[in-house]
Amino acid sequence: MTTFREITFSINGRPRTLYIDMRKSLLEVLRQDLGLTGAKQGCGVGECGACSVLVDEVLVDSCIYLAIWADNKNIRTIEGEAKNGKLSRVQQAYVDEGAVQCGFCTPGFIMATTSFTQKCTGEKITEDEIRKSHAGNLCRCTGYQNILKAVEKSIHPDKE
Amino acid sequence: MFDLKKHMKANSIDHAIALLLENPDARLIAGGTDVLIKLRNGKPGFSELVDIHSLEELNFIQQDEKNNILIGSGVVFTDIIQSDIIKKHIPMLCDAVQSIGGPQIRNIATIGGNNCNGVTSADSASTLFALNAVLEIRGKGTTRQVPVSDFYLGPGKVDLKKGEILTTFKITPENYQGYFGYFYKYAMRNAMDIATIGCAVSLKTKKHIIEDYRIAYGVAGPVPMRCPKTEKSVINRKVSKSLLDEISQTIETDVSPRTSWRATKDFRMNIIKELSKRATKEALLRAGEEV
Repeated sequence: MTTFREITFSINGRPRTLYIDMRKSLLEVLRQDLGLTGAKQGCGVGECGACSVLVDEVLVDSCIYLAIWADNKNIRTIEGEAKNGKLSRVQQAYVDEGAVQCGFCTPGFIMATTSFTQKCTGEKITEDEIRKSHAGNLCRCTGYQNILKAVEKSIHPDKE
Repeated sequence: MFDLKKHMKANSIDHAIALLLENPDARLIAGGTDVLIKLRNGKPGFSELVDIHSLEELNFIQQDEKNNILIGSGVVFTDIIQSDIIKKHIPMLCDAVQSIGGPQIRNIATIGGNNCNGVTSADSASTLFALNAVLEIRGKGTTRQVPVSDFYLGPGKVDLKKGEILTTFKITPENYQGYFGYFYKYAMRNAMDIATIGCAVSLKTKKHIIEDYRIAYGVAGPVPMRCPKTEKSVINRKVSKSLLDEISQTIETDVSPRTSWRATKDFRMNIIKELSKRATKEALLRAGEEV
């Protein structure tokens, strides 16, 4: 039995049809087959969130997501967030708040924040809710304080 | 790359059952948050998979004409948290599944998988025990109903025979109407952690008398469990502060925690006793009682 399967999905708005090894995770297909190395492999078991991407707007750990499940889905990764050379609001907030140090966790964090802000832009959000919604992402550098500020800024873009 | 030998996508429940019977070594995979990790760690027995990931037939939360609440085994935790039916009738289940992993895990892990995994620390299990949930299991041409307490046979072992698939969790109205519940998870971290002890209390009061009382634990024994001795001693008693202390004493005779690398037996017992008080108190407060 061959382990190769054909799948069709949209990656950052671009339709692609690939002939992939069904044993691969979505993360492996993104990094190895598509050269999209923004999503990182950290723990590989769904604990650190460095591989977070959006599948049909749902935040998932792509390291424990079989690539074949992406068939007919829309995938969003960090590579598609900036449009025409302009950073997304969340990306800009991370830059403005200095919420990036080594940067390894950042693509995953940005996708988690993007998913979170899509649900609650303009709403009154507590720090606890921000922490909870980012509990699946680990950062070993920043101590999270600036990330919290960046998330807040992403929710309330007009507030200075 | 996962060490997968065979991957078979099931298009329906019947198809999944047929595939399981044709491939006796195959296991089911739904959300994959347990199976893929076992596969990655090289645990044997997971290299042939029947895939029921996002199978629509298993994805429903509804109330039938008899007011039974039905939850499909393929429902992910995020959908349980956001379900108006669950929020309104059994909010303690929202509390319980809210405590699982982080957003990414809750977006993909299913309530069916959480229980079919058969572990004592399954966060949804103690609540389902307290609600007397009934599990509907389908095989080739058969359907049977099993109370959740009989479903767990031992660590990692559940009552599923070859070619069977858990399809539905059923909670009957006499097990949730008029009840107030509370779920308390004790773990080292507030997220992304396995429960040291999980405790679910569901109760019903009338004129400050406890009409019915159920207390269930995860990690207090080899499988999730109810505490019949304590429950019996509480039913028909008047709500009082001293009753809480009494509960925390009796509970010792019901549970059998063990030492693991996560916590010692003594520590677990201490937490079990404390949580019995806290969870009961919170459930009583929700029921409008004063303690």
